[in-house]
Amino acid sequence: MSTSTDIIDKVVKSEYKYGFSSDIETESAPPGLNEGIIRFISDKKNEPEWLLEWRLKAYRHWKTLEEPTWQKADYPKIDYQDIIYFAAPKSLADGPKSMDEVDPKILETFEKLGIPLHERMRLAGVAVDAVLDSVSVGTTFKKELGEKGIIFCSFSEAVQDYPDLVKKYLGSVVPYTDNFFATLNSAVFTDGSFCYIPKGVRCPMELSTYFRINEAKSGQFERTLIIADEDSHVSYLEGCTAPMRDENQLHAAVVELVALDNSEIKYSTVQNWYPGDENGKGGIYNFVTKRGVAKLNSKITWTQVETGSSITWKYPGVILQGDNSVGEFYSVALTNNYQQADTGTKMIHIGKNTRSTIISKGISAGHGQNSYRGLVKILKGAANARNYSQCDSLLIGDQSGAHTFPYIEVKNSSAQVEHEASTTKVGEDQIFYCNQRAISEQDAVNMIVNGYCKDVFQQLPMEFALEAQNLLSVSLENSVG
Amino acid sequence: MKQPIITINNLSADVEGRQILKGINLTIYAGETHAIMGPNGSGKSTLAAILAGREGYNITSGEVIYGGQDLLELDPEERACEGLFLAFQYPVEIPGVNSTYFLRAAYNEIRKHRGLPELDAMEFLVFVKEKVKLLDLPEDLLKRPVNYGFSGGEKKRNEIFQMAVLEPKFAILDETDSGLDIDALKIVSNGVNTLKRPDNAQLVITHYQRLLNFIVPDFVHVLNDGRIVKSGGKELALELEETGYEGMIHAPA
Repeated sequence: MSTSTDIIDKVVKSEYKYGFSSDIETESAPPGLNEGIIRFISDKKNEPEWLLEWRLKAYRHWKTLEEPTWQKADYPKIDYQDIIYFAAPKSLADGPKSMDEVDPKILETFEKLGIPLHERMRLAGVAVDAVLDSVSVGTTFKKELGEKGIIFCSFSEAVQDYPDLVKKYLGSVVPYTDNFFATLNSAVFTDGSFCYIPKGVRCPMELSTYFRINEAKSGQFERTLIIADEDSHVSYLEGCTAPMRDENQLHAAVVELVALDNSEIKYSTVQNWYPGDENGKGGIYNFVTKRGVAKLNSKITWTQVETGSSITWKYPGVILQGDNSVGEFYSVALTNNYQQADTGTKMIHIGKNTRSTIISKGISAGHGQNSYRGLVKILKGAANARNYSQCDSLLIGDQSGAHTFPYIEVKNSSAQVEHEASTTKVGEDQIFYCNQRAISEQDAVNMIVNGYCKDVFQQLPMEFALEAQNLLSVSLENSVG
Repeated sequence: MKQPIITINNLSADVEGRQILKGINLTIYAGETHAIMGPNGSGKSTLAAILAGREGYNITSGEVIYGGQDLLELDPEERACEGLFLAFQYPVEIPGVNSTYFLRAAYNEIRKHRGLPELDAMEFLVFVKEKVKLLDLPEDLLKRPVNYGFSGGEKKRNEIFQMAVLEPKFAILDETDSGLDIDALKIVSNGVNTLKRPDNAQLVITHYQRLLNFIVPDFVHVLNDGRIVKSGGKELALELEETGYEGMIHAPA
């Protein structure tokens, strides 16, 4: 595939090389990390004193931490002093002026993925303000959400407009001391999304719909906070199936979900960052911390389709704090070429009658390495807690690897924990059977892999399920020879 | 003049250095049903696999002409597009892939190959539902994943159902009777007989004579040790039933 990935590679590299320094100098910080930089970021964002203090505490804690090495991934050492932690958003004028200037290979990928036309421009980096349609749609959505009292804005706006909510919940699920990357994020995050659903409100739309149209470039240290107040309901979709332009190699995002009594949060992710070329060069390092806390009778569902990034390190978890709360994790992680994914979940059962379900589907092709790492922890007070885990691995070719690291800790004897695991190869028999029915080898592999992932795709918002299927197909191109 | 559907000339093949087929000659004309019988290990399934294009066989001599083309030069999916169908002895399970979706993909590939427009999901559903009725099969077959969780008999019936949908020019049935009880055998045979037309042909591979009570062949060939040792009409199968393979193979010609 000397196609889209190479092109993106070029875009990524060239932007990385020339993008920052030539820009308006005063709006960017020099590379490196110190208290001065953090104060600079906080000042630029006009943040209140308490937030600056919080960032500084995180930074000081971070300096005492070692980068973790337990994950199953090899990559060159990251020089944290060589990263630029604050750069003004790139001017739209730098992007292509129209679709005619966008590389046809990228357009071809959009076509294969079935991305709606008006979104392609934004994804390709064409100035969004030219896309009148989507702007007006976005405004309509904003009005509808506003009428319900739903707050949905950038994290920076939330800090200015809803400081009490931010102060109350920021770090309440992922404390700034949580882990190396989350701590780094706490010190230097620049933006992200904020969402609050008031009591008793059912969010009238998939927030994905809105999000896909209005998503701002959120940068490499993204911070997301979603609060579902009592008896509320929200479904949120992050990311996009299209290969988005991005000039940062290291991504360390934090997502915190707070599901108050009787509420429900459904958080879906489609991640397709640049995965590196077919020789394993380049690509995004994606070190993400995602966690939710579920109060009484509430429910949190994580669904993820991870096909991008050269390294994925990600364990969306649920703290089942309230009695009768429910946590679910549905995951498809695909690694092709030299991609490495170490992903899974953490289900921490604290309340009584808490239930969790884990369905993980790993697919390894090429030289890809795919690890499931999951923790199910049942604390002493979690009477009648139940967990069901199913971890399946699918291997394509004979160079790829699948690994499973389940951790189970049970401290209450009334708990029931089930773990099922399987490893299968896409069989020559299956492919030949399809061939004999006139279906080509590549189509056969796509069909078999999509069938294998069906349980997870069913959890995705409707309009995304099909795109996710196409995404797998595109990601698997040339995976059979 | 009769048109041959397939002509096999002096076909020899080995697997990992072991010779399995030792010079097969067979011509099948349109409208004919041929049966190949033989003991275990005689090369019956190898012949079916080679005709369908499975990898792992080394053709050491001979040729196969199918529809005027060199069959052995075609990829398995090209052969399928040209109307060659293999009903598998062990149909393969594909979890999570809906049977109707799978069949539509297959059907549309063949239509594309013929320069015909593809059928959309609704058109196809109407079309397959007729086929289900024709073969008297349960409709839930269409909703289930391909062969997944099917009983042995259901898998075989599903093969015949796929055959009915894809309407092959040349169908090879590889031990379709194995593992079937008498009722299932009747359903499967009835399906095969229904699909017989003057412009297509069938090659039925079987170990036992009993299938041939239901699918009556025009010709019967006895395969032993990689060679066709005897050919005849449908009465040959009955004779074989009496003498057994041993008796027939070692009797003076």
